[in-house]
Amino acid sequence: MSSFLIRRLAFVLVSLIGATAIVFALSRMAGDPILLYAKPYGYGDTEKYLNELRAHLGLDQPLVVQYAKWVWHLMQGDLGLTLLSRRPVIDVINEKIWNTFQLAFTGWLFATILGVPLGVLSAVKRGTFWDYIGRGFALFGQALPAFWVGVMLVLIFAVTWSILPAAFKAPTDDQYGFHPEYFILPTITIGWGAAAGYLRITRSAMLEVLDSEFVKLARAKGASTSSVIWKHAFKNALIPPLTVSALLLAGLMNGAVVAEVVFAWPGLGRIALVEAVNNNDFPLLTGAIFIFVIIYLVMNFVADMLYAWADPRIRYS
Amino acid sequence: MNEGIAFEVQLEQRQRNPFRRVWGVFRRWPVIPMVVLSIMAIFAIFAPWISPNDPIDQSLRHQYVPPVWATEQRAAWQPSRARPPEEIGLTQYILGTDNLGRDILSRIIYGARISLMVAVVSLSSGILVGSALGLIGGWYGGIVDELVARLVDIWYALPFLLVALVVVIVLGQTLVVMMFVLALTAWSPFVRNVRAEVLSLKERDYVALARVAGASPFYIMYKHILPGVINTIVVIATLNVGGLILAEATLTFLGAGLPSNIPAWGLMVGEGQLELRIAWWVSFWPGLAIFLTVMSLNFTGDWLRDRLDPRLRQV
Repeated sequence: MSSFLIRRLAFVLVSLIGATAIVFALSRMAGDPILLYAKPYGYGDTEKYLNELRAHLGLDQPLVVQYAKWVWHLMQGDLGLTLLSRRPVIDVINEKIWNTFQLAFTGWLFATILGVPLGVLSAVKRGTFWDYIGRGFALFGQALPAFWVGVMLVLIFAVTWSILPAAFKAPTDDQYGFHPEYFILPTITIGWGAAAGYLRITRSAMLEVLDSEFVKLARAKGASTSSVIWKHAFKNALIPPLTVSALLLAGLMNGAVVAEVVFAWPGLGRIALVEAVNNNDFPLLTGAIFIFVIIYLVMNFVADMLYAWADPRIRYS
Repeated sequence: MNEGIAFEVQLEQRQRNPFRRVWGVFRRWPVIPMVVLSIMAIFAIFAPWISPNDPIDQSLRHQYVPPVWATEQRAAWQPSRARPPEEIGLTQYILGTDNLGRDILSRIIYGARISLMVAVVSLSSGILVGSALGLIGGWYGGIVDELVARLVDIWYALPFLLVALVVVIVLGQTLVVMMFVLALTAWSPFVRNVRAEVLSLKERDYVALARVAGASPFYIMYKHILPGVINTIVVIATLNVGGLILAEATLTFLGAGLPSNIPAWGLMVGEGQLELRIAWWVSFWPGLAIFLTVMSLNFTGDWLRDRLDPRLRQV
């Protein structure tokens, strides 16, 4: 187990170095970063001033040194300042990421509560009406564009019937109250596709286990159907969806941006998107990318651990 | 004996029943998805000839014309500024018009062109790069394989939407950049599956024979391994093309893909979202077009997988 742990940790470290290098390269892709700070041909835009600014920002050093410095600052939680408002990027992220997390978490809950039981049902009642319901749900979920689902939900529930709010997280004067009605539409928007993925994975895992020797043995020994399904089959079929669940939460964190845009949700993805499009705010954008990469890698590690914990064959291979 | 004959008679009767025969064809072949995809392909190829109007021609007199079958009066609470001059559908605009009086049907027909083009170009570059990396990683093994595998892992960790945004901001909003961005996501699924396939193929006797005969690695890969993995590549490609179209639509919806003068489906949904109260049809139809196309592609992909490579079923 410990060697497995070390290997996985080493992998996380390698991925982190690779991913930060890519993010750093992206942040420098916009050409000379100095031009983001000082518009060319602007007031006082002399070569001498630009060189001073360059030296001040450390941009005159070789790229490797800059990268090392950048990583060193990262480790201290310093992601730089946003371009326009000159606020620390980490503060903006800290302010917005919990809204994104709330949305991603409810989406994840929705997908789990709906996808896993429907997958089991679909596999156990294979070829029946229930199976068609489950598979239809999955087929729609994988083919419907999430943003269109969001827009259509707004059209039906907010515009036509006026029973659910069309936008925003909660009224601004009451931001500490709990308003579940604001979560319903965004949750369905991002959760449907995820539930479809869950359902397919659970269904195929369940079908495979139901076809295995030990389930047949349990049946032959006269175990009741419910005992076979829940005690023998379900426990083993749960491994794939369990490992996927950690990655899914990470995926929903940055997939939530679609629902954030449709519902004007004050999340991290939306603010990065809007700021980046309107103001070319590279520090904020790369900071957000970096945070999402970290979340993904942590969740990937969690998924590996869950996998190893649930399936001893992985640990010793 | 009698039972056998009775069964055969029954079978024959079944086959004669026209409804059963039609149902059998529908079960066996993806008829409806194929029809949808053919319509979309015809839209894309012959757009200038079949679209009833110009997709970018604006007509301020015809803002928010409802679909042709709409006859009801609009609700009284709507502000008069937003109320369109025409409250009844016009045969000229079958699916209605948007905020600038552009014909939605024509825009959808031209949008098929964009989606198809983006999907085909990004998918083929993804196939080329991904299969090549999978072939090389699987064939050489060792450190090369490890590098390729790590690259794919790191790639999966990057948040696609935001990275695409960076690329689009840096390189500009054009069709070519869009294809490039989607190609960046298209290659990774091919690497894993092709690599796994190559690992089993390279142990076969005929490959060993080719090696003994002195064939170069590239010759063997091209002549002996590639034909064996073509099925996998085709299946993975059809299973992924729907996702690519969704990704393109999502990016353009977020305003990070194509310039706003191009009639792209995702962009149209985004434009209509702002005017849902006045005109539902502006964002409904293009979204439906995306949904039908992706659904048909997924169906065809599943069908092709069951035909060509049932082992991939668990993927």
